[in-house]
Amino acid sequence: MIHVGLTHFLVISIVLFALGLYAVITRKNAVMVLMGIELILNSANINFIAFSKFGNFGLQGQLIALFVIILAAAEAAVALAIVLNIYKTVANINVDEIDSLKD
Amino acid sequence: MNTEQLLSDIGFIKPEIAIAITLVVIVVVDLIMGKNKKALPYISIAGLVITGLLVIQQFGTSVSVFKTSPSTSLLVIDNFGLYFKIIILLASLFIIFFSMASNEIKSTYARHGEYYTLIFGMILGMFLLSSAVDFILIYLSIELLSLSSYVLAGFVKNSLRNSEASLKYVIYGGVSSGVMLFGISLIYGLTGSTNLYEINSLIQLQNFPVVTLLIAGLFVIVGFGFKISAVPFHFWTPDVYEGAPLPITAYLSVASKAAGFAVLIRFIKITFVDSIDEHGFWQLISVVDWRSIIILLSILTMTLGNFSALWQDNLKRMLAYSSIAHAGYMLLGLAVLSNEGITAIMLYFLIYLFMNLGAFFVVMLIANKIGSEDIDDYKGLGRSIPYLGVSLGIFLVSLIGLPPTAGFIAKIYLFIALVDAKMITLAVIALLNTVVSLYYYVRVLRNLYLVQTEEKRPAIKMSLLNSIILFLLVAPLIIFGIYFTPIVNFAKSSLSIFGF
Repeated sequence: MIHVGLTHFLVISIVLFALGLYAVITRKNAVMVLMGIELILNSANINFIAFSKFGNFGLQGQLIALFVIILAAAEAAVALAIVLNIYKTVANINVDEIDSLKD
Repeated sequence: MNTEQLLSDIGFIKPEIAIAITLVVIVVVDLIMGKNKKALPYISIAGLVITGLLVIQQFGTSVSVFKTSPSTSLLVIDNFGLYFKIIILLASLFIIFFSMASNEIKSTYARHGEYYTLIFGMILGMFLLSSAVDFILIYLSIELLSLSSYVLAGFVKNSLRNSEASLKYVIYGGVSSGVMLFGISLIYGLTGSTNLYEINSLIQLQNFPVVTLLIAGLFVIVGFGFKISAVPFHFWTPDVYEGAPLPITAYLSVASKAAGFAVLIRFIKITFVDSIDEHGFWQLISVVDWRSIIILLSILTMTLGNFSALWQDNLKRMLAYSSIAHAGYMLLGLAVLSNEGITAIMLYFLIYLFMNLGAFFVVMLIANKIGSEDIDDYKGLGRSIPYLGVSLGIFLVSLIGLPPTAGFIAKIYLFIALVDAKMITLAVIALLNTVVSLYYYVRVLRNLYLVQTEEKRPAIKMSLLNSIILFLLVAPLIIFGIYFTPIVNFAKSSLSIFGF
């Protein structure tokens, strides 16, 4: 039986963070980009909870994670509404092709 | 925390409560009045005036409220935060008037209830941001500010330009606030605290791994850098500023930036400063050299802002790059790391409020009439719109920083702070940048007055209200350009941050 310690959680969270950034940079579909943002937020959540558990900092970390989950939901709602609005206007949510504003 | 303490603390957040009440009143009135939305802007103005009185009443107090433990708290009320709240309120007041005059916003008459509600959501976020000293509250208020502004940037739903602006804003904003949250989680892991004061004392006492602290600090600065549109976190700025409805663009460029600067200055000063010597220079905790990082950011920001503005044909986009450049100048004041530098930033912001809002207001009034923000469409317009043209001239000359306008005073105080700190090279770089900026500002004026066109240019009739607003924006620039002692004293007296 392997003992699961702080390092394991931190490795998971940094991998999630990197994958989230990778998704934001490479994905063309706006919904996929938003999923990347969710990954970044959740990686921070894992950090908060792991630090709070293994660092004996009390329950503050868990509370922060709860706040972040709520905010992530709010942000997803707003972002998806915006994507839906784009789709209604141009019938396309490929972020590379929505480029009427540029230098 | 006991109930009595909580109740007495509530007395210190009266301005925030007034904002929240106005928000609710707007929603309720919108529901009751049905299709008649005429009352909403006036309710907003009344709410802002009341909040302003409550903020002025608080000047001079210096307390920490909503304690999470005997030594830590969520908010502090001090003159520094109140000064930025005044700037935010002034900007909001002007924006309400802009919205009443803007054709873009008028076209969404049926949804005016949402519009003013979201504006007050932004104000509440900015108010909390400028007095927060706990990372969690900072993150929450940044999100409150951002979520409202994402929607406002795309408020005219059937315009592709608007929708695209809000999509870009939400993607960049989401990523940067996510990165910032990751940085906060690292700082929490290092120190076990989210309170800036507590983090400061822990960094002074213990030796934390330098690399982790550097990465965490940089990640947090990403979030703030996004709000103040510092390079390299500026990519959203030109697109969002060009796409969003003009009142919102003006609002983002002044109020949202003011809140970003307030929280950035507070973060640097509380978290990383060890002590302040008798000349007002801050001694940083010698773990990471934050000064070099800020200097690098500010040089990049002003240089890229100014040089990119050179080849912009859309005036809104040009002003977006110019606002990036101005953020760069103001970051210089922070890089000085002294009380004098912060005074210079605060003075700069008060003046920047009038000149930037003014420039956007004139662009909006002209766009209302000719339906374009293209600099080429301004050719020969100067003679048919004498008042607007002259005012735009004053705003642009002030943005360059030439006497006798107030923009000159703002720049001169910044340069004095730099020279006093013996940062001559930086002052020279800023000066050269100002020279570059001359070209693109003057190009607009040249098109207005010196270029002759065959076609007849339309005259723009201004309503009495718009003339008064325009006058209120021009007059301070001229008055403060000549008689600037009161605002300098006001900025100096608002320097105190709780705990220092």
